[in-house]
Amino acid sequence: MTLDAETVLQLGALGALVVVGPVVVLTRAPRAQVIAFTCYGLLFGLACLAFQAPDVALAQFVVGAVALPILVLLTLARMRRHQEEADATRARLKKERQG
Amino acid sequence: MSDDRDELDPGARGRTILFFIGGVPLIGLLAAAMVQLPRSGAGHSLYGDLLVGAAVRERHVTDVVTAINFDYRGFDTLGEELILFASVMGVLLILRKSDEQPACDDREDERQTRRAPPTSEAVRALGLGMIGVTLTFGLYIITHGQLTPGGGFQGGVIVATAWVLLYLAGDARAYERATPKPVVEAFEAVGALAYALLGFAGLLAGLSFLANLLPLGPIATAHSGGTIALLSVATGREVAGGFVLLVTSFVEEALAERAGSS
Amino acid sequence: MTLWFVPYLVAAWLFGWGLYGIVSSRNLVHLVLCLALLQTATYVLLMGIGWRAGGVAPVLVGTHPGQSVVDPIVQALMLTDIVVEATVMALLLAMAVQLYERLGTVDPACMRVLRG
Repeated sequence: MTLDAETVLQLGALGALVVVGPVVVLTRAPRAQVIAFTCYGLLFGLACLAFQAPDVALAQFVVGAVALPILVLLTLARMRRHQEEADATRARLKKERQG
Repeated sequence: MSDDRDELDPGARGRTILFFIGGVPLIGLLAAAMVQLPRSGAGHSLYGDLLVGAAVRERHVTDVVTAINFDYRGFDTLGEELILFASVMGVLLILRKSDEQPACDDREDERQTRRAPPTSEAVRALGLGMIGVTLTFGLYIITHGQLTPGGGFQGGVIVATAWVLLYLAGDARAYERATPKPVVEAFEAVGALAYALLGFAGLLAGLSFLANLLPLGPIATAHSGGTIALLSVATGREVAGGFVLLVTSFVEEALAERAGSS
Repeated sequence: MTLWFVPYLVAAWLFGWGLYGIVSSRNLVHLVLCLALLQTATYVLLMGIGWRAGGVAPVLVGTHPGQSVVDPIVQALMLTDIVVEATVMALLLAMAVQLYERLGTVDPACMRVLRG
């Protein structure tokens, strides 16, 4: 069985998705998972290019590698800010009770 | 760590077991469905072939995907746009700032200690310098969707990215000044409205909803596709406005804090 | 290609992992990204269906009539969905933020108010 260059490219792109997909799921720390998901988005865009879908690749690059990671990082930042505020309030209440 | 958490929630292990029990029949169903699918690479698509043949001849458009999105199946795109509009509205509703302020307001000292370190000059210069390039690229993608890969959806996200660069470059106050929320909301809504109105324009002209009623320009020019370019711009407006609103509503709290503390 | 089933297998593989991630997730933000991964499985499926051996992208610049072209319809479906999906993900993330600010946790197993 002979494989032409295009088939090799497609199989390589799909193979990368097969490997990186589980990595995204198994990376449980959200901040690290965002990095994994960004890599996955870029690889998915490459797979779209290999399957002759440049329009989809463009959408995947801007959404999967830029827009969605930014939104998730902003979510995490907002959660951390809330956590810090709550911690500070708790610490102050404790201090007041002791003092 | 995971062990004592499992004790906290005894259902977790059960859920996983249930997932694997349900997974086996699922694999069988997927395999059965896969055998029935058309073979990948055969390309059995009568409708697709028809549109590929018709796009250049009937619409003077070289990117068939854009012709489908904004002309042949423009009605579906209207539905997609409304999903986008509704989602953005949902985020704005959920994350809207509550008016109730905490009773104690002497948290100024805590804010001082945990203020973010200033952005480095290199990141700031690079980010601000990239804004113009990104914006131009996004506008190009929106307006040339009918000729080359691209269109309102991708270009809209790129334009929004240019806006977000302003925030990422560390200039939160400039970002706040550049994006007054009511203006962005109106910008987005006008995009959605323009798409629907272009659809009704077809009805007023005695044609069908979203009919391509403008004269077609010569092939490979910006106005070659008639209404396709206008619909693409309307979509680009809505998508760009929508994403800027999303980012703004996620960072709003930080903006208010920085403005208050400096 | 003689390996016609490969894209479908990859789609099923990614679907399974996404589903496993959602079921086993202990963090709502993690869960949202697993859902995004699951959604890409459908894109792989559509890409596999629309692919035509030897076909070029449906951008008809410099192609001669009779050139075999991949199916543009699935691409139109995918590209609108990718962008719209991102806003739906933002909606889910906003809900996660709300839950965190009210309940102080993003672990669905610890959200007793959500228990039936």
